Formats: sequence, C-alpha cells, structure tokens
Amino acid sequence: MDDQSLRVQNASPPTAVSPPGSFLQEVIEATPGDSRLGMCIQCGTCGGSCPSAADMNHTPRQIFAMIRADLREEVLRSNTPWYCVSCYFCTVRCPQEVHITDVMYTLKSMAIREKRYDDSTAPDFSQTFIGYIESYGRSYELGLATRHNLRHRPLQLPSMVPLGLGMLARRRMDFAPQRIEKIEQLQAILARAIELEVGV
Amino acid sequence: MTTKLLFYPGCSLQRTARPYLDSLVAISPLIGIELEEIQDWNCCGATEYIAIHHLASHALVGRNLALAAQQSNGTHTVMAACSACYLNLAKTDSYMQVNAQLNRQVNDALQAGGLHYQPGTVRIRHLLDIIVNDIGIEEIRKQVVRPLKGLRIAPYYGCMIARPDRDNRWDNVEHPLALDKLMKAIGAEVIDFPLKTHCCGGHMTQINMPTAYELIRRLVYGAAQYHADLMVTLCPMCQLNLDAYQSEMNRHFHTNYHMPILYFTQLMGLAFGLEPEVLGLGKEFVNASQALSRIGIEVPAAEPELEMVEDKPARKKKEKAGLPMPQMLHSEEE
Repeated sequence: MDDQSLRVQNASPPTAVSPPGSFLQEVIEATPGDSRLGMCIQCGTCGGSCPSAADMNHTPRQIFAMIRADLREEVLRSNTPWYCVSCYFCTVRCPQEVHITDVMYTLKSMAIREKRYDDSTAPDFSQTFIGYIESYGRSYELGLATRHNLRHRPLQLPSMVPLGLGMLARRRMDFAPQRIEKIEQLQAILARAIELEVGV
Repeated sequence: MTTKLLFYPGCSLQRTARPYLDSLVAISPLIGIELEEIQDWNCCGATEYIAIHHLASHALVGRNLALAAQQSNGTHTVMAACSACYLNLAKTDSYMQVNAQLNRQVNDALQAGGLHYQPGTVRIRHLLDIIVNDIGIEEIRKQVVRPLKGLRIAPYYGCMIARPDRDNRWDNVEHPLALDKLMKAIGAEVIDFPLKTHCCGGHMTQINMPTAYELIRRLVYGAAQYHADLMVTLCPMCQLNLDAYQSEMNRHFHTNYHMPILYFTQLMGLAFGLEPEVLGLGKEFVNASQALSRIGIEVPAAEPELEMVEDKPARKKKEKAGLPMPQMLHSEEE
C-alpha cells in the first residue's frame, strides 16, 4: 500500500450520511437524542446478539440497511421491532454505539401511526396496555391478559385459564384495577405530551 | 444507621410480584432501610408506552420524578426494585439531562398538571445496587443467622438492570457479580451462570408464545445443567415468565423441568431467620418447598384452593393421554 492511499483514507473520516428527506433522516429525527443510526457499519453484531433474531423477518442489521435503502414500506411492515425484547444486548455491544433499542421503539411508533404492521397482535398489546394506564394510571394485568387473549388467541384462552386462576388464588392478580388519586392530572399531562408530539 | 429511600414500587410489586414486595418490607428494618412510598405514583409505561408515544412515555415517567422531587425530605434517592421501572425512571431522567428539547417538552407537558421537574434532582437506583454498594456485603453478612449452606443457586439478573447502565452501576453489563457476591454472603452455593443476563422473553409471552418459550427454555435448561436447586431473580417480569410459564414451556417442548424461581429478597429473609410465610414463599407456581427442605427450611403447604387450581392442568393432561399423540409416549417415558 502506498502513502497516497493512506493519505486519502486519513483525509476522509467516516461520516454519517443521511440525505435530507430520506427515510434514514426521518427515523433519526423521530428518535430523541443522538441515535447514531447513520454510523452503522453493517457488522451484524446486533443480529448475532439478539435473542429473538431467529423469529424476526429481518435482523436488526438488515433493517438498518433497508432504512438506508429507503425501503420505508418494507421496514414498517417488518415484525422486527415488535420482536425486540428490549434486552439491550445489541445496544451495549454495537461498536458504533448506535442506540438500537431506541430506534426499534421509533419504528414501532411509526408503524402504529401508519397502521402498517400486517399482524396486529403486538401493536394491539401495546395499545391495550397503555389504554389501562390512561384510564387508571396503573397497569391492570387481569384485564390486559383477558382482553388481549380474547382478541388474538380465543382458541388458546381455555389453556390460559389455569394460569389466570393460579394468579388470582396466589393473590398475584386482582379482580379490579387500581386507580391513582390524581388521574385527571396524569391525563392532562399525557394529553399535552401527545399534542406536542403530533405538533413536532 | 438507617438509609431513607423514596420508594417507587411499580405495578408489578403490588400484584404479580407481591412476594418480592412482602420480602423486601420484611428485610428492610434488618438491613437498615426505611422505605417512603412516593405518593400517588403512576405506571412507568413498561416497554409498551414508548412503543406508541415517545414523548408521552417520558412525560408519564416525568410525573413520577416530579412527585418524588416534591416529596423528598432528607433524601434524593429514588429506589425501584423492578428492573423495568428502574430503567424507565433512570432513562427519562438522563435523557432529560442531555437533551434540552426533551427536557423542555416534558416540562411543558408536566405543566398541564401543575408539575415541574428539574432533571438530576433525584437519583434513581435499583434495590440491588443500594444493598450491595451502599449497605455493603459485610453488613449483610452480620445479619445472617441461618446460612443457606448446601443450597445451589443460579443468580439471574435479566436484562434491564444490567443494561444499558448509563450510570455505570455495575462492574460488567453482561456478567455482573453483585448478586453472586450477595448470595455467597448469605451462605448459598452460587454457580457461575453464563446466562445470567440473558432475556427471559419479556413481552413475548403475550405476543408470540413460541419465541418466549424458547427463551425460557434456554435459561431453565442452563440452570438445570449446572444442577442449580433454584434460580434467584430481582425482576418481576423475569420471575413471572420463568415461573408462571414454566409448565406451558414444558408442555411445548415435552420436557419436565422443575426449576423454582425466587426473589433474592426472599432468600435474604430466610438467611436472616425470618419465617417463610412473611417472605411470600409458597406463592410461586413452580414450588420451591422441595429445594428448600433440602437445607432444612420447611415451607408451609399451599392452601387447599391453590391445590385445586394446580390440579387442573394435570387432569387435562390425563384426558389427552387417551389420544394417540406422539408426545404422550415421550411424556410417559419421563
């Protein structure tokens, strides 16, 4: 290798390229803070570290390549973000320090907003969960499990009954949800936050 | 000396992880912790709120931080025992510190409820961190009256306490040692568990069961390979997935694992000489009484109504045994 090629390499350090108006730019802007998504070097450490990669339509590395290739539709239809279990293995192992878990959350919220994901099980679970938070301020496991299973796994519901009864018998579930005292205060805060979010 | 803490229990500790709360309350005076619950706290959003509304998920947590800051009398330490709560509280606080726009917007939202939060006002810590790093292993050792000699345990941290660890609380984000040391201090035999921070399946038990079953299987299989008597955890989600779904996992893979999953606070209580009842023992699905009786600790038999409930899946199995299904041959062998 001659001196010149070394000089050329040194002269142009890697930079995050995200053309304005691209899907990459859109994802970066929708993720709070510096996600470093543009810095991905396609090494595959993320997919190799992911406990649920085997069941994903695309590994995280593939998703990031697809984002760069502007394959908006395919990315938002992929089950990948929904199969992310938030274990943060990829995030701490990424040599480029891309905030991968946060990017997955961004992709989920984009897919929900545009109703893109083909199988609604995972988005519905999130929606049902936050529905209880917005009404009561706290989560309500019995209602969540019952409503979610009724909608998405009605045939498997009987097999879940022993588990539910076991939880109730052990007093590890309640029949009724708990409501926080100042639920109106929380609702006002969330309403304002959602207003700001849409406005952004 | 007593350490006063603002306590954020979170939804799980009140219900699915009730034994965690009961055992924590029972050991607190012995290890010099005074818990002051944050008044009217709300859910942290788990891993679901942020999947739908980014900003609102931080505002949701922001309300808790604001309430904690208001209430702080004599302490600025907020303690969460649930890993997801701990991570969500810590994450919002640190994101608000480094991201001026997020800070402004969260406070704009909080204002709608008459609240304000200056990021960095309270310090978010996990219970294990406080016990090991503030109170210290030596203090814990002094309280031990019934060392858990002969009990072989797999220390299981799960993900969210270890990672991403923005505050550098742990020696290692993949193989931390705090829980290992703590369990050794109370006399247990601790295996070097290679899967200690692997995923329990998280919300996959609700979204796609086979994915969750495989993750549960890996952990239980791993602990069984090391001849662990039980796994000890510090996260309600991990305990729920590994305990309540273990029989479903066994059915799915035609296996026959029996790996009890207890909270570290329950084992601490036992070592401190407390009675199993006050520590919420016996409320687990995969019964720990056999494992504990090996070291001379008798857990009271489950109430009759509990036994009836436990009978149900077994009876179903027998009905199925009449059908010529291949897996039945397998389960008969076992």
